Amino acid sequence: MEQPNLLYIFVSALLINNFTLYYFLGLCPFFGVSGRIATAFRLGLATIFVMVITAIAAWALDRWVLVHAPYLQLISFIVVIASTVQFVEMVIKKASPVLFKALGIFLPLITTNCAILYLALTASKKGYDLVTGLVFAVGAGAGFTLALVLMAGLREEAELSDIPSIVKGTAMNLIIAGLLSLAFMGFAGLFSSSA
Amino acid sequence: MAAEQATAKAEPSSIKLAFTLGFAGLLSGLALVAVYEATLPTIEANKAEALRVAVFKVVKNSSAMQKLVVSGGKLAIAAEGDKQPGIFAAYGKDGRFVGYAIPGKGNGFQDTISLLYGFDPAKKKVVGMEILESRETPGLGDKIFKDKAFVGNFSALDVDPQIVVVKSGRKKPNEVDAITGATISSKAVVKIINEANKSWRQKLAAPGSEPALKAQPKKGAAAQGKGH
Amino acid sequence: MSAEQDPSQAYAEFVKGIWKENPVFVQVLGMCPMLAVTNTAMNAVAMGGATFFVLVGSSFLVSLLRRYIPAQVRISTYIIIIASFVTIADYVLQAALPAIHKELGAFISLIVVNCLILGRQEAFASKNTVKVAVADAVGMAIGFLFAMLCLGSLREILGNGSLFGFDLFGPRFEPWVVMILPPGGFIMLGVLLLFFNYVKVRRQKRAAEIARVAALEQEAA
Repeated sequence: MEQPNLLYIFVSALLINNFTLYYFLGLCPFFGVSGRIATAFRLGLATIFVMVITAIAAWALDRWVLVHAPYLQLISFIVVIASTVQFVEMVIKKASPVLFKALGIFLPLITTNCAILYLALTASKKGYDLVTGLVFAVGAGAGFTLALVLMAGLREEAELSDIPSIVKGTAMNLIIAGLLSLAFMGFAGLFSSSA
Repeated sequence: MAAEQATAKAEPSSIKLAFTLGFAGLLSGLALVAVYEATLPTIEANKAEALRVAVFKVVKNSSAMQKLVVSGGKLAIAAEGDKQPGIFAAYGKDGRFVGYAIPGKGNGFQDTISLLYGFDPAKKKVVGMEILESRETPGLGDKIFKDKAFVGNFSALDVDPQIVVVKSGRKKPNEVDAITGATISSKAVVKIINEANKSWRQKLAAPGSEPALKAQPKKGAAAQGKGH
Repeated sequence: MSAEQDPSQAYAEFVKGIWKENPVFVQVLGMCPMLAVTNTAMNAVAMGGATFFVLVGSSFLVSLLRRYIPAQVRISTYIIIIASFVTIADYVLQAALPAIHKELGAFISLIVVNCLILGRQEAFASKNTVKVAVADAVGMAIGFLFAMLCLGSLREILGNGSLFGFDLFGPRFEPWVVMILPPGGFIMLGVLLLFFNYVKVRRQKRAAEIARVAALEQEAA
């Protein structure tokens, strides 16, 4: 099947159709972890890693297993994601206990990050081959990380400002996210030709 | 109560754990197979019907169609269930060839636009256009399917040398009037059709010698019965 | 647990999900689908309906089988159960309402990672009788549906001038398009939460006032 332009896929997932700010994916960690820039960035990297592995596994499953049983797609993808996250958890725990402690509960929660599942389902639906799927995964993960880090920066600033108590909390975070999403809308049309 | 609970909660063996998961998986698998098999005919019928509606919309006065794929450098009737990319040939009530319905995809303003356009090879004109999928800006870009005037551009459009987008009224038969405020979406639609045309044009059969409609007894009767 | 207790407890569990412990406005769970599919009221209702089916079905099964699921594999089992219900809902919707299925797209499949559903199984269904678990699930699902309907209706009315596809204001109305776009989703939900916060704070203030006045009166007496 003809594969779409790789650069377009990457930039589209990163900026134009950002997974978090356009598709509303990965919101639990987005609102949960974005308190500190450093933590946000590291969670983003872990998520990118899980996305890449999931993309590969999803491609393999699609190619060899799901051809015979398409109705098992959802269950098998979820199992792959859960296993990958478990594996990443073990690796981080051994390699950097400090990071493991900093991420806390948000590491296992990567499993319920809808962004990863959506990535696998979309790459499957659009018939991406292995390379395209990988580019898509890296772009999407980077987009999620970008949104997360930007949000963390804004929230760190907001902590220093005088905000009425009614707004504080999730309501304020949502409005900040809305403004961020509005800003990202400016990226639309990045790839259209003016010819 | 607490003591009973303590003894009852002794570690279950790995076999029991594996068995529970395996059993759950098995039940789930069975349920899913059943639902899948039960809904498959309806889902396939819905998809086929949606495609037929789109084809008959872009090639007017047609009531039957079949899929064509490229085989050995020439257009041939697609075998049942052939998933290769192909185009569609539409036929009138008398079984005579009326036109092609050619699918196309490309970058729009926000995301990929997918469309189907009707093509009359004898007149070398586009005779209709239907947007299948798009995520253009509501109120602006989505006029590519909501604005009847824009869609009307495509009901008798010359393709030679190629379709051109203009901003203030059509003067030549190969021009399309862009939507005000949605120039990029309009240009995207035209670009998709131009490119699809380029890639399929040489493969089309010489006018007059298109593949004839293969006899489809069950489907033919159903098509005529479905209120035309 | 006596028979008299059961009906009223079940009812209490049912009611709490609708307002007091509303999954979206209070617990702030299940936000992903919330914002993505509430661009029209119809989509919101369809998603709420699918979530209802999955939540009630899963809670029913999990509660029914709670004694047979070993604790070590409980999350995996819950996920298998939930994913099965979601897949069933996906196929049935695709067959029965293909247009809506196309609008909702992959978000139906994403119900499986809706923290609300897994959360209910872990926190409630696995520890309660079937009747009570189902009552809780139904209440939560209705609360979720209510929240979706609120958000979807507001966004559609402001952003498209229509409700469930019916044009409300006629052709002269200039729709506030951003409301049906992603930023509008974020901002609208933020504003709604702000409104609920405001109501809650006012109630608390009033209750504190009343208590203070009562205490003063007691002192004076």
